[in-house]
Amino acid sequence: MRFVSKKQSLTAIDPLAGLALLPTEPEDMWHANNLIAVSDIVKAHAVRKVHVTTPTGSVTTDRVHTDLTIRVTSTFFDPAASSLHVSGVVVKENAWVNVGQYHTLDLELQRPFTIWKNDGWDTVALQTLTEAINDDKPEALVAVVMQEGIANICLITDFQTLIKQRVESAVPKKRSTAKETSGGMTAFYEKTLSTMLRAVDFSSPRPLLLASPGFIAQDFRAYMQSQGALRADKRLQRIAKDSVVVHSSTGYVHSLNEVLKSPEVQATMRDKKFTSESKLVDQLYERLRKDDGRAWYGRDPVEKAVMEGAVGRGGGVLLINNAFFRSLDLPTRKRYVALVDKVKEDGGEAKVLSSDHESGERLDALGGIAAILTYPLYDLDEDEEQDDRHEGSAQGEDTGGVEVI
Amino acid sequence: MSRHQAVRNLDYEEVLDEYDGYEEEEEEGDELSSEDKALMAQGTAEVQTALGVEASKVTTKQIEEALWHYYYDIDKTVTYLVSKFISPPEKTPKAPKAPKATQTTNGKPRPLVGLLGGSGSPPKMSKLQKLAAARKKKAEEKSAQEAMEQTRTKMTELSVNDTSRAKENSPLAGAFGKRLKTSASTAEGRNPLTPAEPSRTELSQQPLVEISNEQVTAPEPKLVPDPEKAQPSSFAQTLFGYPSDTPRRKRTELYPLPYADFAPSVLDAFSKPSPDDVVLAAQAKVATAGKKTAVPQTKKKGPSADAVAGEVKGLKIEDAPLPKSKNLDVLSEFEKSERKKTASFVVVGHVDAGKSTMMGRLLLDLGVIDQRTVEKLRQEAEKIGKTSFALAWVLDQRSEERARGVTIDIATNRFETETTAFTILDAPGHRDFIPNMIAGASQADFAILVIDAGPGAFESGLRGQTKEHALLIRSMGVSRIIVAINKLDTVEWLQERFDEIRHQVSGFLSTTGFQAKNTTFVPVSGLNGDNLVRKSSDPAVSWYTGATLLEELDNSEPNKRALAKPFRMTISEVFRSQQNPLSISGRIDAGSMQMGDAILVQPSGEKAYVKSLLVDEAPSDWAVAGQNVVINLSNIDPMHVRVGDIVCDPAKPIPCVESFTLKALAFDFLMPMQVDVHRGRLHAAGKIESISALLDKVTGSVTKKKPKIVKPGMVARIVVKLGLRVPLEAGQRVVLRSGGETVAAGLLE
Repeated sequence: MRFVSKKQSLTAIDPLAGLALLPTEPEDMWHANNLIAVSDIVKAHAVRKVHVTTPTGSVTTDRVHTDLTIRVTSTFFDPAASSLHVSGVVVKENAWVNVGQYHTLDLELQRPFTIWKNDGWDTVALQTLTEAINDDKPEALVAVVMQEGIANICLITDFQTLIKQRVESAVPKKRSTAKETSGGMTAFYEKTLSTMLRAVDFSSPRPLLLASPGFIAQDFRAYMQSQGALRADKRLQRIAKDSVVVHSSTGYVHSLNEVLKSPEVQATMRDKKFTSESKLVDQLYERLRKDDGRAWYGRDPVEKAVMEGAVGRGGGVLLINNAFFRSLDLPTRKRYVALVDKVKEDGGEAKVLSSDHESGERLDALGGIAAILTYPLYDLDEDEEQDDRHEGSAQGEDTGGVEVI
Repeated sequence: MSRHQAVRNLDYEEVLDEYDGYEEEEEEGDELSSEDKALMAQGTAEVQTALGVEASKVTTKQIEEALWHYYYDIDKTVTYLVSKFISPPEKTPKAPKAPKATQTTNGKPRPLVGLLGGSGSPPKMSKLQKLAAARKKKAEEKSAQEAMEQTRTKMTELSVNDTSRAKENSPLAGAFGKRLKTSASTAEGRNPLTPAEPSRTELSQQPLVEISNEQVTAPEPKLVPDPEKAQPSSFAQTLFGYPSDTPRRKRTELYPLPYADFAPSVLDAFSKPSPDDVVLAAQAKVATAGKKTAVPQTKKKGPSADAVAGEVKGLKIEDAPLPKSKNLDVLSEFEKSERKKTASFVVVGHVDAGKSTMMGRLLLDLGVIDQRTVEKLRQEAEKIGKTSFALAWVLDQRSEERARGVTIDIATNRFETETTAFTILDAPGHRDFIPNMIAGASQADFAILVIDAGPGAFESGLRGQTKEHALLIRSMGVSRIIVAINKLDTVEWLQERFDEIRHQVSGFLSTTGFQAKNTTFVPVSGLNGDNLVRKSSDPAVSWYTGATLLEELDNSEPNKRALAKPFRMTISEVFRSQQNPLSISGRIDAGSMQMGDAILVQPSGEKAYVKSLLVDEAPSDWAVAGQNVVINLSNIDPMHVRVGDIVCDPAKPIPCVESFTLKALAFDFLMPMQVDVHRGRLHAAGKIESISALLDKVTGSVTKKKPKIVKPGMVARIVVKLGLRVPLEAGQRVVLRSGGETVAAGLLE
């Protein structure tokens, strides 16, 4: 993403003139999705079907290309296609469309759009913008997480984990003769390899991670190598050679966090954003396990902790999913922005995690917001309990004396 | 010429004629319309039936050609075919015709399309007529829809499951069965092709057998005019289309069903195909071309609204005949049968404890495999320098397993003692393959925990998978455990070592929840076979006076089987062979089943039929819970059947859920996080969505609402959300794992 005007800078955004941006690559749509909030005003190119009634009464329908300015009511982002649809009410009349009509803008690559922030550019929005404008983007990482019969081909960028394709193949189990099983595995490897080459562009070298329990990843790498030799495909040989085999406990996507934690990945991809995020979430889980009062999750306890100044200098970290800043009503968004600002003011770290990442999804399980405190605080969830207590007594009886095991 | 003149000079009639001509041309084009095709298929079949045995002398193509020329007039076609292709002087063996029954639809005369023996050209409808017909049809459809709604509500009152096949296969209650019988026989009478259609016949046979006493018909099939010709109900019309879509008059013979009036005891005599069956089957071969038109019709009788609410899809007729059910009372058969009791046991333990080798030796000593096989394996093993693995290779058959010297997947084998038929489930010990081990443990009645007594090996095993396996098998519901302390020969059968290990292991087994009376310890050498089948002859082990491993197995009592519950089986393997395009295997978790049963595969929701089944690799007519079976399926696409799916009774299907509540015992810290959900072969990704309460371990009462975290050893009620819909029901045992560790296990609520 870049500014349309060369003179535009991050520091001086004219709230009246709006900010014109030009998306240049698919990932920019994801950034745009984070930037555009409900009740913002967006102007972009639009194609609209217009009915024109001639004086004689005949009606013609035309598709007209025009620029429309809408006040956003909702956005829809399709991560697989990297396309963003912004719906809203037209606020500026033109020759074809009246004020108050609805339109859904499909933002396109290489077509500029302009944003007017309804509530000005707050810190979170500015941070998102900074990330979006940043040109220095490392190559996306390809990871294949597999287990017997299942492979998930993912593309890990700094901001998203895209599941490009899921491969499922039935591998005969032991009953059938051993030959059939190995045949089944070979068929599975072949399917995975061809799917991977189709789903991911390997024209420029990019890191490939193969992860699985047992020996499947290793075998897959060997299969790639042998196929490369067999087909005399230099590129495939290179891909196989450069790939890194990592252990994971299953072939499901959530095993990616194990993969990103592994020393092999840490060594090669130390500087990537997602590894540091993944590490932070691990830290948080570790603290939660200890239950030492220095890690809290959920909106209310975290809010209390932040207001008390416990998330500050010396290890205080606030983790928020970026989903919290998308499509929320204004007061709620302001509340979260205030939290982020407060943490920064106190000298702590405020991390906005991408909900499209593995780490973001793990945070999502905890309610999307969590914090590591600089000093222990206890009983932050006390109030909640008291609220629950009356209903609890009524329900407590039905559980009965059933043994679990 | 100006435009106005052109218009004035226009000859409307000519233009219209041209247009009509064009239309006609299109109709008569090479491409047959779908209607034509249906007519053609029906016609061909009818002609073939009419020709009977002679049908083989003419090709389908010739029949179609002839039909086309005679505008689907069967009689003319038959005459033509006989005179042209089949012995010109001979007379055509015409099918006898029953008196014509006037068919009306909602009181209005049916459009006279293509009557038999007509002028030879199909009557054309004017455009107005067409329009009127279309309107009428619309109106009828509307009223039919209303009628259907009524029927539906009544059907739900009758609490009949929605697929008619299910009904036909399940035992029917008297009144309902009677109704079904009538509708089935009506379908027989109405449709000329039905007698030749084996699948139809068999479908309707099943309920008839059930209620045979109520019906009195001739034992041998003969042609009887259908006495009760009635118009199709509006419901039937909605299901099977407007009658004018199939304008051909139906032949009205009724073939009464064989065996219909026999007492059930005589039925066995008819388990083989009767001469009539043979004839029917032969006709079926000829008539398969006409299968599309053989749509069964249901009809409404009286106000009781008993139309069969079957999905048309469910009624579609397959090429292959449906498997025939013997309608046995499986449970009483099971009680009658004097089979040995069956039991499965799983062999668990840390990696390299010698599980597979021990089982290989057990099988060798019992004579299940012979010395020659082992010698052959030994030679192969020698080639890659792993001589000591030869016995393990009896069970580790995959090339990867052999190359790496570890078991990857569950291996099954069986042997019999005097009292019991045992199934061995040899589980992998490596931590990466614990999902496979869980699959094995879920099928087991009891377990053998193998422990490596070698110096240092026991200790590392205890830290490793020994504990986790013990925990897992306990949480899968196994309560009887035999601890085989293996490789004692490497420490000179030291009794101190045995006692030390026994002391430590019994300590953690009792904390895991195994009762002392259900735990026994046997010192063994898996490689040499000491104390497996025979008592050790080594004087160093004279201190051990207890039973051998085999005796201990014989003394173990298998779990109670849930025989009376609805049928459930988790699919452990899906495979195909030359005889059977699709077979599944597994252990029946609950209930019973028999050949010919319809079963439902969840989560795909597709129905299949049991073509045949093997119990412990021997053909059988039925199987009950606890038995290991191979089921050969028919009438299902292999796409819908996967390992880990559950097959169940279509009348009482297992629900597919997206989230469930679990009363779980935590082995590790639990908080909202991503987990893997294991239930037998089933393995799905999910996450703990919320922890609703901490529970008291003994009383089960709530001690804390909405805790932030569950500590190891605590019992909590948690809500797990799955990524996909998965078949699960209350009372099942589920294991949760995360990051390669077992974090919790519990019962579904």
